[in-house]
Amino acid sequence: MGSLRWRALLAAFVIFLALIHVLPSIPSIRNSSLGALLPSDEISLGLDLKGGIHLTLGVDVNAALANAITSIGQDLRLEAREKKIPVLRPRLLGTRQLEFTLLKQEQRPELEELLLSRFSTMGITSSEDAGNGQLRYVLTASDDYVKYLEGLTMDQALKTIRNRIDQFGVAEPDIRKQQDNRLIVQLPGLDDPKRAINIIGRTAHLEFKLVDETADVQAAVAGTVPAESELAYLQDKRGAAEVRTPIVLKSEVVLTGEYITDANVQFDSYGQSYVGMNFNTRGARIFEEVTGANIKKRLAIVLDGTVHSAPVIQDRIGGGRASITGQFTTEEAHDLAVVLRAGSLPAPVTILEERSVGPSLGQESIDKGFKAAMIGGLLVVIFMAAYYRRAGMIAAFGIILDIALIMAGLAAFGATLTLPGIAGIILTLGMAVDANVLIYERIREELRRGESVAASIANGFSLATRTIIDSNLTTIIAAVILYQFGTGPVRGFAVTLTLGILASMFTAIFVSRIFFDAWLTRRQPGTQPSI
Amino acid sequence: MSFEILKRDTNIDFVGMRKYAYVLSAVMLLTGFLSLLVKGGPQYGIDFVGGFNVQVKFSQSVELDKVRMALDSPALPGLVVQDFGEASDHEVLLRASYSEQSATAVREAVAGGLESAFPGVTHEIQRLEMVGPKVGADLREKALEAIFYAVLLIATYISGRFEQKWMVAGLMAAGLASVVYVLDLLNAPTGLSVIVATMAALVLCVVLRLKYALGAIVALIHDVMIPLGIFSLLNKDVDLTIIAALLTIVGYSLNDTIIIYDRIRENIRAKASPSLDVIINRSVNQTMSRTLITAGTTFVAVFALFIFGGGVIHDFALTMLIGVVVGTYSSIFVGAPILAFFKPRIDTEEQPEPAAA
Repeated sequence: MGSLRWRALLAAFVIFLALIHVLPSIPSIRNSSLGALLPSDEISLGLDLKGGIHLTLGVDVNAALANAITSIGQDLRLEAREKKIPVLRPRLLGTRQLEFTLLKQEQRPELEELLLSRFSTMGITSSEDAGNGQLRYVLTASDDYVKYLEGLTMDQALKTIRNRIDQFGVAEPDIRKQQDNRLIVQLPGLDDPKRAINIIGRTAHLEFKLVDETADVQAAVAGTVPAESELAYLQDKRGAAEVRTPIVLKSEVVLTGEYITDANVQFDSYGQSYVGMNFNTRGARIFEEVTGANIKKRLAIVLDGTVHSAPVIQDRIGGGRASITGQFTTEEAHDLAVVLRAGSLPAPVTILEERSVGPSLGQESIDKGFKAAMIGGLLVVIFMAAYYRRAGMIAAFGIILDIALIMAGLAAFGATLTLPGIAGIILTLGMAVDANVLIYERIREELRRGESVAASIANGFSLATRTIIDSNLTTIIAAVILYQFGTGPVRGFAVTLTLGILASMFTAIFVSRIFFDAWLTRRQPGTQPSI
Repeated sequence: MSFEILKRDTNIDFVGMRKYAYVLSAVMLLTGFLSLLVKGGPQYGIDFVGGFNVQVKFSQSVELDKVRMALDSPALPGLVVQDFGEASDHEVLLRASYSEQSATAVREAVAGGLESAFPGVTHEIQRLEMVGPKVGADLREKALEAIFYAVLLIATYISGRFEQKWMVAGLMAAGLASVVYVLDLLNAPTGLSVIVATMAALVLCVVLRLKYALGAIVALIHDVMIPLGIFSLLNKDVDLTIIAALLTIVGYSLNDTIIIYDRIRENIRAKASPSLDVIINRSVNQTMSRTLITAGTTFVAVFALFIFGGGVIHDFALTMLIGVVVGTYSSIFVGAPILAFFKPRIDTEEQPEPAAA
């Protein structure tokens, strides 16, 4: 029977393919000489099985937008001043509007020409008479610009976080964008979530600002801050306690962290660690100018709104080096250096979701899942063999093949095995025999009706096949929906369930038929099938 | 011949028993529904309402009350402490609600509180999950959408496949989609949309005479509501994996239903009997041993998971166990007999088998 041989060959080929994809996931084989010949894809485990941290971060793109618009306001004022068009008090309105006042109404055409040629991302929403010949303008950022900026902010945030994680040293991190301005960060195998979050979540917005020496700090704390100045707090540690001292800073930012080329941990003569930074040429020049012009004044180093130190400038500082001191532990200094090297985030991020699983629980889940699968599988196999005898053995062989096929599918498609995924495999163990049961029950029925053995087997397979496909489709529909709407672990379940159903259809309809047909060709006339 | 679960010529009058089955189903549904009503809906896990889950393993067994007292902290509002996993594991699960506190603060509050209250007992935080309210609301939305699309796709598929009414089925899908679209425009909460859409699906099935789809959807509502009711009675959390289990039950139970429907269709075409009741009964009986064997093996496999799979997967396995039982029952006693409700015209309605089927 020619077609039988071809089918057997095809089945053997599929089994062979499955094996070369499954075997590399078994450590003892992967490390043997055989392992070198096999493809390198292993089944990747989800965080719930290997331990690690899953984070969903919300990126505050509105803050980035507000920053961008504030700086557009400043640029506008400067450029207008160069063209002798006095523009007063550019100010952010909400998140995407800019308000300012044109001093001389008669300069309206010049100003609007400037806006059109240089600031086309902002459209004029309104311009109204503000008295004294002044005009009050409100500009709104165009939708395209907002969209562009959101995309840019997300890309930058992603890049910065990837940079930080790479420098921190985590194997195989997974960072990706999600809708609604979110980032998903997965860090396998990490067991100090607090430190990781500190590194990822920190904005690390570094600014240098001069201290306003003339301001009255008490009055500022009470609420009267001089114009162009702002109240901040100097953070210091005295022993274990943190001390926050009020300090008044000039609002103008003289230098930011964007010019940093390198940052690392250093130790002073007392063994206290601090973070040393190097600036690029442009940053170095600015730093030299600022320090040269402000000798004997204090320069505050502000990180994410908190003043870390405000040393007195002793001399003009050339060479582009600066340091942040602040009684850090070595670990804190190391993490700060990592963050400064990798650059600041373009906008603050908040942690919307955090799931961490310790490595011991992950291993425990694998062990328990494996045990449950073995016991469940064994019970099903015993039942099938007892109930359908030789045909049941074929079904049992099919179940084992199913598991190999699921595993091979996971490895070949690079899908992730999760704990619900293991549950999916166990569930499939029970459901996989369904296809066999449908076929066998049909064969029994046909035999009972007095059909010949060959006809019973042929009818059993052909009648049951349509039912099997019909009925399994609903489970596949459910699995596809789960994949579409589910998160990591649930997706793992959807994948194993789908693979399991496909595998069971293949083994029950195609592979077990080969056994039946092979038996038919060799049987003595008159023998009944063992079913 | 072989070992058999059922005698060869078993003929149970399922259609005749349907009144009892309806009463039984109604009692189960109503009990669950009352529990849900009293408790103000399902008890959502942190996936859907936000909050913290902390799984702690101790080196020896501890008293839950003492844990509760030790962790009375502002970082852990609304704290619930319960045993987790097997007793020999000495594990507890803590649950707290979300009020802007960071996961780090929770971690420190747990570690600090336990260290001072249980000197000499070491503990390990094995798992810590924080879901913010925003993510929770999103996940809730997604879960409901998933259930809705499951109803929609399955109803369409069944009508198309069983009655060759792809056009009508498509019409129903379009009708449902527009109902949901309008509700969406009106900013209706997704939960309401899903309920309305499901009701609309039922009405559309009746109006368009899609009897197989009607049976399947009724069975589907039945199979989802009963485990939900039982979970409510047991005060168990409904979270993402439970929704996954429920959807799987939907797939599993329809699997049974379809196999019976397939047989009904086949027997109708073969003009096995002029009486639909007889045909339905015969079909259910013919497929009965298959239904029981598959339910049995699935139950056994899931039961192994329930016993040996560990705490994390326990509730998932429980849902599946309930689902396999309820799903099998509903295929036999609800999904099939409901066809009799329509009394379709056997001789006129069914066309001869098309070649493509």
